[in-house]
Amino acid sequence: MHELTLAEIARGLADKSFSSEELTGALLARVKQIDPQINSFISVTEELALGQARAADARRAAGENGALLGAPIAHKDLFCTLGVRTSCGSKMLDNFKAPYDATVVAKLAEAGMVTLGKTNMDEFAMGSANESSHYGAVKNPWNLEHVPGGSSGGSAAAVAARLLPATTGTDTGGSIRQPAALTNLTGLKPTYGRVSRWGMIAYASSLDQGGPLARTAEDCALLLQGMAGFDAKDSTSIDEPVPDYSAALNGSLQGLRIGLPKEYFGAGLDPRIAELVQASVKELEKLGAVVKEISLPNMQHAIPAYYVIAPAEASSNLSRFDGVRFGYRCEEPKDLTDLYKRSRGEGFGTEVQRRIMVGTYALSAGYYDAYYVKAQQIRRLIKNDFMAAFTEVDLILGPTTPNPAWKLGAKSSDPVAAYLEDVYTITANLAGLPGLSMPAGFVDGLPVGVQLLAPYFQEGRLLNVAHRYQQVTDWHTRAPNGF
Amino acid sequence: MALERSDVEKIAHLARLGLNEGELPRITDALNSILGLVDQMQAVDTNGIEPLAHPLEASQRLRPDQVTESNQRDAYQAIAPSTESGLYLVPKVIE
Repeated sequence: MHELTLAEIARGLADKSFSSEELTGALLARVKQIDPQINSFISVTEELALGQARAADARRAAGENGALLGAPIAHKDLFCTLGVRTSCGSKMLDNFKAPYDATVVAKLAEAGMVTLGKTNMDEFAMGSANESSHYGAVKNPWNLEHVPGGSSGGSAAAVAARLLPATTGTDTGGSIRQPAALTNLTGLKPTYGRVSRWGMIAYASSLDQGGPLARTAEDCALLLQGMAGFDAKDSTSIDEPVPDYSAALNGSLQGLRIGLPKEYFGAGLDPRIAELVQASVKELEKLGAVVKEISLPNMQHAIPAYYVIAPAEASSNLSRFDGVRFGYRCEEPKDLTDLYKRSRGEGFGTEVQRRIMVGTYALSAGYYDAYYVKAQQIRRLIKNDFMAAFTEVDLILGPTTPNPAWKLGAKSSDPVAAYLEDVYTITANLAGLPGLSMPAGFVDGLPVGVQLLAPYFQEGRLLNVAHRYQQVTDWHTRAPNGF
Repeated sequence: MALERSDVEKIAHLARLGLNEGELPRITDALNSILGLVDQMQAVDTNGIEPLAHPLEASQRLRPDQVTESNQRDAYQAIAPSTESGLYLVPKVIE
């Protein structure tokens, strides 16, 4: 039963091959049996899940038949979940039981999804390897000595290990697409403002966006349908109609103009990955796409700009963790300043402290223009590059990552080395564009992803191209040995 | 311009982060390494470029000034480290 995709589960529940309660019980047993090998869950919500499953079965018996009704999900542990620990991968929130549901959690629960648990992640979503979690590193099911990527590393590893068909993640600089690439999944970062950020613990508010991870584009379409939409509670949510993503899957690719940015194929890219990306381009050409080279000349400036904007916003967002209203408080503070300093010094891990420090410095008196304003100007240059490119092409394609998954610990002593792994994904966050990573082959037994980028609100086009590609290739169906 | 240990201590104070003395050299090195990366920005010509704060350049929505939320103080204080009579408790601020 654990091999089923969301689409197959929807059919199985609809034709009464199994009930949600049976499915949920089987998957919970599998999580307990398998997860200790990969550490992808922080919390398993067995009681909640079985209650939701029985309720879904009752709704179906009463005549309801939504595609997500009774299907399993697990949420990255930064989506607030009522009454459930929502840790953000941090000691700071180890004792935090959220007093409300995030909009994404509430919407999927209303659609009848069954929450199996909360998935492991880099602390406060800061990382590309899922090694900064207070709850320990997540292991890549394709090779247990390698990282699964991050920061949605638990969400990716859980689906890759066939613990469940789909999970939610968030993407601030690549945190859905990069782990999807490194674990052979399809992962989608929607347009900024497409999915509500309400109840999603903030890292960098102008970049953060929630989205689905699954094995197929078809499943990502089903899940995005449940997640997307305007939310008055999120002040940056965009009031734009949500199209039928599943209906868009089968559209023809005849004449689709795909741009290959030459900057994505330069120094630093593993040549074996370059070959696999070119092979995926050939497949899309066979389906009717037309390919041309384009240029995104400011791409190289994205990482420096991101490491100002994201830490600056993080230093502001994370000031709420002060040991007063919720979260960790140090023992026997001698005064209020001591309470703040020790609660934050003891509650936050190393990478989070680094980014708070960088952000505090960048925003401090005398440096604001040189860092924050400069980074926002570069942000516009990057957006302008994309706007120019999208006058010539309908879609941009390139590698998701420059290298396959690295070994656990290989980059943990040098933060900048890990930052550089996000070179291809960060631009979409700075520009607010939707991006998708899909499986495109293997290097040394480790998965490789191809990234597709589209104009604002063209998630349907991304899913369409990925789905058509998945109809003529079978990379996405490969499962890691032992799972 | 590399940060010195004293700069790092000042930034940590601004951020209200209590760092162990022993960690300071390592944090100073890491911050200098990150700022080295960030300083690559300075080579970019951004003269006359308007800063971009919101990718879609949307402005903050306003809503009517009406009460829409109910009082949930008990639920919110149930997860606080220390409360009494509806108040959050902190160490004595005024002697």
